[in-house]
Amino acid sequence: MSGGIRRPDAGGTLLALSNVYKAFPARKSFFSAEVVSVRAVDGVSIDVPRGKTLGLVGESGCGKTTLGRIAIRLLAPDAGTIRFEGLDITHLSGEALRLTRRRMQIIFQDPYSSLNPRMRVRDIVGEGWHVHGIARGKELRERAERLLVRVGLTAEAGGKYAHEFSGGQRQRIGIARAIALSPKLVVADEPVSALDVSVQAQILNLLKDLQEEYGMAYLFVSHDLRVIRHMSDQVAVMYLGKIMEHGPSAELFREPLHPYTRSLLSAVPMLGNAPQERIVLSGEIPSPTAPPPGCRFHTRCFMAQPVCAEVCPLLREAAPGRFASCHFVG
Amino acid sequence: MSGPLLAIRDLRVDFATEKGTVRALFGVSLSIDPGETVGLVGESGCGKSVTALSILRLLPSPPAIVRGGEILLRGENLLDLPEKRMCEVRGKAVSMIFQEPMTSLNPVLTVGEQVAEVFTAHRECGRREAAARAVSWLGKVRMPDPERRAREYPHQMSGGMRQRAMIATALALEPSLLIADEPTTALDVTIQAQIMALLQEMRERERMAVLLITHDLGVVHDFADRTAIMYLGRIVEIAPTKGLFSDPIHPYTQGLLASLPGKGTGTARLSSIPGAVPDLSSVPPGCPFADRCPYRQAALDRFRGGADSRDSLGICDREDPPLFEYAPGHFAACHYQRAMRGGGAS
Ligand SMILES: Nc1ncnc2c1ncn2[C@@H]1O[C@H](COP(=O)(O)OP(=O)(O)OP(=O)(O)O)[C@@H](O)[C@H]1O
Ligand SMILES: Nc1ncnc2c1ncn2[C@@H]1O[C@H](COP(=O)(O)OP(=O)(O)O)[C@@H](O)[C@H]1O
Ligand code: SF4
Ligand code: SF4
Ligand SMILES: [Mg+2]
Ligand SMILES: [Mg+2]
Repeated sequence: MSGGIRRPDAGGTLLALSNVYKAFPARKSFFSAEVVSVRAVDGVSIDVPRGKTLGLVGESGCGKTTLGRIAIRLLAPDAGTIRFEGLDITHLSGEALRLTRRRMQIIFQDPYSSLNPRMRVRDIVGEGWHVHGIARGKELRERAERLLVRVGLTAEAGGKYAHEFSGGQRQRIGIARAIALSPKLVVADEPVSALDVSVQAQILNLLKDLQEEYGMAYLFVSHDLRVIRHMSDQVAVMYLGKIMEHGPSAELFREPLHPYTRSLLSAVPMLGNAPQERIVLSGEIPSPTAPPPGCRFHTRCFMAQPVCAEVCPLLREAAPGRFASCHFVG
Repeated sequence: MSGPLLAIRDLRVDFATEKGTVRALFGVSLSIDPGETVGLVGESGCGKSVTALSILRLLPSPPAIVRGGEILLRGENLLDLPEKRMCEVRGKAVSMIFQEPMTSLNPVLTVGEQVAEVFTAHRECGRREAAARAVSWLGKVRMPDPERRAREYPHQMSGGMRQRAMIATALALEPSLLIADEPTTALDVTIQAQIMALLQEMRERERMAVLLITHDLGVVHDFADRTAIMYLGRIVEIAPTKGLFSDPIHPYTQGLLASLPGKGTGTARLSSIPGAVPDLSSVPPGCPFADRCPYRQAALDRFRGGADSRDSLGICDREDPPLFEYAPGHFAACHYQRAMRGGGAS
């Protein structure tokens, strides 16, 4: 069994990912048999503080979901370390991994496909109690009903099946399942992206209330900057497998440092600049099978210089507590 | 005064399904002036796409049945046109782009062939010239390397490029009205900004009117001259966009605006609309928003308390409120606001 060394003081950090890499094999194109590698996560270090929310934002395919799955060991990284509560869990397996996983849970984007259609809702919610021998039978049932009421459903919901509920209600079931074992960390991967606008606010409020009540930390993944801004204490901005900028949410939204963050924020309707004053990036997002050399962002960056195509900038502290990976920031 | 380009009047559409008749549009009225951009906003299933497809007569029938109303394009009722004339209207006078370009582009034709087909189908010119015009249109929509891309198939392109290709086919015949049904919903933020900038430029250059359909209030805020809010097959509020955002009248519009995240960071809770959008197959009589409306109880009390003795049963539960005008061009359909704000004309 591989264990880890318990750090005496984790300094308020619940989860620390250092220098994490993950690549997937993929076919080069639709017609080709040639296999290339997709560098989904390409050297990422982030910390999730205890009881707080780290928002992870970026465009589709930039590696958010992959990073979220690595964070809770649903996926093993190719390199790098994952420390949870001071313990190195990168190579944990068997019983030790099972016990650690109790303390980290995930909420998925698609409430439709993430719930077992053949199980009653109370059994979905109480599955973890059953597996870990915490509650069974009548007790499981009562606890599940109390939890369902807590997330805004009725006790009767426990006897029904997932397909009998609307999207927002199903997301409540997914949330109940995730918090059943009182986890310390919850990865929420696009938890409101599939929901109607008027229902999104209900779910975001519920997640905030539960955090206050149970003191969980969230790794909150979204492509929606308005949602990220509302939910996060810290924000990390990802592009093609790398972190471009990272810092306290309020400061990052007030004064984004990295050119990519600046153009992202400027493009959000109603929140960013007026359409005429927008920074409109030219070009497409390059494929992660062939990320540009040097700075990943140089093919679209409005500030790019010749050096950017050659040298990959490091993530540096540009202002106290604020990090950016750009040759010309900080 | 030349009048509106398009005027939809009291459009009613049903779907005959296995489980019975589903009413999709309950009397939608909407007009668009030449060169104007009108936003149509609403949640999934409220009838935005059905409205759009009705204009082009592209609804599958069966199951769709147009129960009533008219759709006047420069005064001519599209619902009465023979199919042959309608084919000329499509693409030439009115054209449409869809949320997922992959489903509306033909997978076995190159992108260049598809744009060219627009010209040949409408007998605008011969094949040779059509091919050349196609490349020029791909350039106009800022397709990178248009000559080469014209020879590629849709699946070889990214989502943003496919959307550009579709915009090129839609604009090729310089229509007076473009219907854009969620043109950027499937795209990333930075690509979304590119496509909206392109639409903006095109509508100015071609002086084209746009019906911009979206569920994102931010998009209409930035681009629409007027905005209509749809709920369960009705337009519940329509106003100049500025007025809609500064003084929303319908409780649903108020709720939507208040529940938008992103105005600040931190601990503030979002205000939210309780419940969920009901199923169209089980819409109760009365106001479609009644079961989620915070004012309904107030409306009940007011009428019951004798302020208006006509109604002791709850007008919200009984009568579908009509649209009233509260400020120039600002209409909303709500019994409570009508009683509170008074005035207004139908
Ligand atoms: N071919 C059809 N047969 C039966 N019902 C249909 C059909 N097409 C649409 N409907 C119904 O009409 C209603 C309105 O659908 P519509 O597609 O216009 O919604 P929408 O506002 O465009 O939603 P979204 O935001 O999800 O695109 C829905 O309840 C839908 O189920
Ligand atoms: N199991 C997998 N096999 C192959 N490629 C994958 C797999 N999972 C993710 N990828 C690829 O890795 C990249 C990042 O994916 P993902 O983490 O899902 O991005 P995001 O969540 O930011 O949209 C994408 O190019 C995606 O196609
Ligand atoms: S390093 Fe160069 S290309 Fe990269 S973000 Fe900075 S200026 Fe732009
Ligand atoms: S008519 Fe009644 S139920 Fe409908 S929105 Fe107005 S107050 Fe609410
Ligand atoms: Mg994802
Ligand atoms: Mg639609």
